[in-house]
Formats: sequence, C-alpha cells, structure tokens
Amino acid sequence: MRFANNWLMGKNHATQNAALVTMTRGAVLAGAFMGAVAFSAQVRADDDEGGNWDFSGFAAMDLRVFPDSALHSGQRDQHLNPSLVLQPEISYEWNDGDDRIDFIPYLRIDPQDSERRHADIRELKYLHIDDGWDLKVGADKVFWGVTESRHLVDIINQTDAVEDVDGEDKLGQPMINLGLQNEWGDVNFFAMPYFRERTFPGRKGRLRGSIPVDTDKAEYESDMEEFHPDFALRYTTVLGDWDLGLAHFYGTSREPRLLARPDANGQITLIPRYDIINQSSVDVQATFDEWLWKLESIYRQGQGDDFFAVSGGVEYTFFGAIGDAGDLGVLAEYHYDGRDEDDAPATVFNDDIFVGARITLNDTADTDFLAGVVFDRLDHDRSFSVEANRRLTDHWTIEGELRLSDGISESSPLYDARRDDHLQVRLNYYF
Amino acid sequence: MNKILLASVFSLSLAVFAGSLSSAPALADNSDPVAKGTAVAEEWDRRDQGFGDSEAIMKMELENRHGEKSLREMRQQIFEIKEDGLGDKSLTIFDEPRDVKGTAFLSFAKTFDPDDQWLYLPALKRVKRISSKNKSGPFVGSEFAYEDLSAQELKKYTYTWLRDEACGELQCAVVEQIPVYEDSGYTRMVTWYDLSEYRQQKIDYYDRKNELLKTLNFGDYRQYLDKYWRSHDMFMVNHQTGKKTRLVFEKIEFQTGLQESDLTKNSLKRVN
Repeated sequence: MRFANNWLMGKNHATQNAALVTMTRGAVLAGAFMGAVAFSAQVRADDDEGGNWDFSGFAAMDLRVFPDSALHSGQRDQHLNPSLVLQPEISYEWNDGDDRIDFIPYLRIDPQDSERRHADIRELKYLHIDDGWDLKVGADKVFWGVTESRHLVDIINQTDAVEDVDGEDKLGQPMINLGLQNEWGDVNFFAMPYFRERTFPGRKGRLRGSIPVDTDKAEYESDMEEFHPDFALRYTTVLGDWDLGLAHFYGTSREPRLLARPDANGQITLIPRYDIINQSSVDVQATFDEWLWKLESIYRQGQGDDFFAVSGGVEYTFFGAIGDAGDLGVLAEYHYDGRDEDDAPATVFNDDIFVGARITLNDTADTDFLAGVVFDRLDHDRSFSVEANRRLTDHWTIEGELRLSDGISESSPLYDARRDDHLQVRLNYYF
Repeated sequence: MNKILLASVFSLSLAVFAGSLSSAPALADNSDPVAKGTAVAEEWDRRDQGFGDSEAIMKMELENRHGEKSLREMRQQIFEIKEDGLGDKSLTIFDEPRDVKGTAFLSFAKTFDPDDQWLYLPALKRVKRISSKNKSGPFVGSEFAYEDLSAQELKKYTYTWLRDEACGELQCAVVEQIPVYEDSGYTRMVTWYDLSEYRQQKIDYYDRKNELLKTLNFGDYRQYLDKYWRSHDMFMVNHQTGKKTRLVFEKIEFQTGLQESDLTKNSLKRVN
C-alpha cells in the first residue's frame, strides 16, 4: 500500500498519440528481445529438449466512484469512471527452465481519460539461469525495499501513475541485468539503455492537479534525453534474521520536477523535467518472531542540495487473533524527506506518520483487508485508505479500495485532490 | 516445560542405548513405552535419510461442510539438510488458483527455532521475509496447518508407544507424539506407524484443549529408489468443522540434480 500522490504535482495535455509512442517503445524493446533470442538460440542450438509454453493472465473491470463533483476545469464531471484492463502473460521456457522468455503486454481502456487509456509492455525479457549467475535482457520489473507505506529505495522502474495513486503500478523498464550469486551475498548489475517517462492523468481525468501535465513536452537534463544510459548496482545478503540491501543508481531520475511554462496560447502548463541523479540507498529488515523491523534510506545528489530521506517502522502480527485462523497485523512507519522544496521533485512524505492494520483471514477465499492512515506532521492533513480482496471462484476475484483525505489546507500538497475521494471496485477474471 | 524437555533428553538417550543393543526397534522393551515409541520414530526417520532431494507436483482439493470444492495446484522442491538442528529447505510454487499463480514460498526449516521463510509476490515482483510464528495457521486456507506440512524432523517431538494394533491389512505401532517446538497448535498427536515399512498411516491431531481436531489418513504409498516411501494421497478431515482437504501428489521425482543453491532468496524471483 502506498499513498504517494504523483498526480498531485501532475497533469496532462490530452494527447492522442500515446498509443503511437507506446508502439515505438515496443519496437525498441522488440529489437532487444530479438537479439536476446538470437543469442540464446545460437548458444543452445545443440539442446534438443522440447520447451514449454505457458499462457495465463487476467482481465478486469474497474469502477471508480467519486462522490464529489470534479473541481478542475476540463475534467469530465462524472461520478462513475468505469474502465477495462487486460494483461495476458505468455512464457516459453526450455532447458528445464534455465532459459525463458516472458511477454506481458498491458492494456487499459478508459472512456473518460485518454491518458489513462494506454498500453504498455510490462515485460518482454529473456532470462538465462546458470550456476551462480543469471542474465536478463529486455523489459522487466524489479522491486527493491521493505517498507509498506512508501517505496523509497525502489528506483529501477518508472511509476505508471495513471493506474493508481499508490505508485505501485510500474512501466516495463528495458535493461540488461547480470546477477552474481555468492556465498557472501548477491550482486546485481543493471544497464538501462532507454528511459520511460512517467504517465500522468489527462485534462479530462480525475486525481490530478489543477493544471494538467503536458507529457509531450518533457525536458531532460541530458542531451541524450530518454536514451541516456542509466546504471545501477545492488548488493543483497541474508545474515540470520537480517535481510540487507545496498544499492547505487546513476542516471535519469524516475521522479520528474514539474515546471510551469506557458504554452503557445499563453496558457500555463506543467512540463516534466528529468534530472540526472546519483542515489545511494540501504534497506534492511530484521525478522524477530512476530516483529518485522524495517528501514529504508536514500542519499540523492543532482536535484538542488544533496538530500537524505528515510522511511522506517515496524509490523507486528497477532497470529490466529481473528476467528479461528485469521491474523491481525499492526503497522507503524515514519517518513522523513529532506529534499529541496524548489529544486527537487515534490513529495508528500516530508514528515509523515503512517499507522495501519492488516487482517488476513487465511480462509479458502484468501480474504484480506488493509487499512491505514498517513498523517502529515507539517500540513496536518490525513489520507485514509482501506483495501479488501477476496476470491469469488477459482477464476474470479474482487477487490475494493477506498481512499479519503481530510484536514486539507491550502498549503497541503493534497489540496488539488480535495474533491477526489473515491471508491474503486475491481472484478478480476484470471485465466 | 522442563519436564517435557527432560523427558525428551532422557528418552533420546534411552533410544540410542536401545538402538545399540539391537537393530530391530520392535524388540525394545514393552515396559518402557517412551523408549519403544522413540525407537519406532527413529526407525521411521532412519529409513527416510539420504533421499537427497525431491520435486513434486501436488494438487489440493479443499471441501467445506456443504461439499463445495476448490482446487490448489503447486510444485514443491525439497533439498535434504543433514546438519543437526536444521531441517530441509523447500520451495513451493503455486499454479492454481490462477490469481496466485507464480506466488512462491521458501522455507528453511529448523528443528526447534522458528523457520526462515520468504514469500514472493509476482504482481509486485516483491520478495518478503515473513514471520514463521504462524505454525498452527492454515496453509492456503486448507485443513493442513503449516506445521503439518513442514519438514518432519525426528527431534521435533517426544514419543510414547501406546499399543500395537491392526491398521487395515498391516500391523501398526500406535505412538503418541508431543511437539517440543514452540507455537504448535497441538497438545499431542497420535500416529500409526506400520511395522512392516515404518510408514505413517494415520495421524490424529489434538488441539490445545486436548480435543480431537483432525485426522490425517495416508494412502497410495509408492516406493522410490528402492527405499523411500511416499504417500500420494493424504486426506485430512477436521472433525470440529466438517471441512476436508485431500492432498494428492501427481508426480514425485527424487535426486533430480537439485542443488542447495537452487533454493535461495534469489531463486524466488525467477520462479516460473
């Protein structure tokens, strides 16, 4: 669960060629992919073992309900926002699974916001697993971190911010990733030849700031723009009850600054600007019986003054506390972020406390609930969220998400979203 | 607690002594039920040592009291760890139901201490270290608790022989087992070991109030590598709720070339 509000600072000029842009990106990815296949076919041509195809995925119907009327000019003033999602997964593996290709395209059809109506290649990668090392070529998703209410150190993938406000939906990131597994820990090298720009809701969409972001006019610090090669190095190890990760990233900041610029008609628009940054990070979890202690921290250079940010907290689970077999988990996390208010991308997590509860019923339907609130200690606003999931049959599941905010003043970063409280219901069909 | 520990140490030393006197455990003195029960369990344990590694395809059929059924399908890799105090390493990957496809569970079992466990969530590509204090909790909503399925290490229990009796066509030793590890949901279990091959044929589980909670019946035993017996059909009935779970092993392979390095936190991220 996450409460990051990327859309607060963002918006968008409705653009009709998002699909075209996606196609171009697809072509770039497909090129990398074909290269990988050719490489592997050459190396493994002597192996006659048959491979295995696997086809799966899901289709979903989303319905967002906004009780309040839209606030900003240009927004479609509708209380109901239905949309459809399709995410098939195709895998082919051979050599007993030591070689594999995964392809996961993604499509959302939203009748109201043309920016949210988009397609992506979540994954298109070749993976080779060997003795003590593995290699990945193509687009993939990589997650780093341990905390629940903010994913501070997670930096490889761009956020697909039109999907949800929690920042957990990601765009596929083209990469070459070499992993080395050693007695003393694992080392992963990432080279990322192409950068993915963040998505933002369009002019007609909800959950945006008062001025839409014009994603077509994105600016870059690097002259190479989205072709600036980005690199990352990560070390992870397990020491008894401790899981530790250290990382460094050099390249294009996944978080853009949003600059107010007049467009051709003299209208103010917001332009995303992507800086080149260096970011070092550490993430640690200590697991002591029912207690999970979590800490993430970053040190970033390249966006105004160097700054430091930290997220840390605890999760305690009362096993079997609900009914016969249900677990109750309680969570508390604190977020500090020392970034420059003028020269770094804005964040809502400058000085915030999160408290939450998780209920896992451990029943046949895998029912679970997650509820939480983020208090901002500076602006005194509060964001509430409740999520619930349940399996209906072997193929159908239902999810509900309620997001509310309260105590918002004009200085709050949530101010532009004060009328965007909403309930989202999602019906999934898995195949 | 001290009494239980002392009894356990005492029974183990007795068992070693008994074992050194005769290779056939059934010959242990009937007048010492602890030594005899321990000897039976030791024989069960001894016959399963050295299997190395195994890979299995499993199907679980969950049935509620109204007869409604739901299916789970998973694959499991097990790597035997022989070191004292440590249990086996296992990796379980889910294929059904489809919404949890690709979810994977890695466990490094320990005899007395909590196991080390990680969960892989494919939608987020996130590996989470999780608490293993939920031993008595249900595994994927089934009637099997985590502790029923985790590595069955000899030293996790103390043993007391109750009686010998017929079990189907076979003759069984009936042994009471008391968990020595923390957080068990059971005060005791009663296990039927057949005296021809020392396989578990049936287990009665007694809850924390010492009331009969569940019965597990083992069927369709098949022998592998001319030595290792595996039940392909485990049927658990919860007497208190009327719910049932049948765990069927569609395929088990031994010594597949699995290495310890295949069961790591890193390997969770690349399961398929």
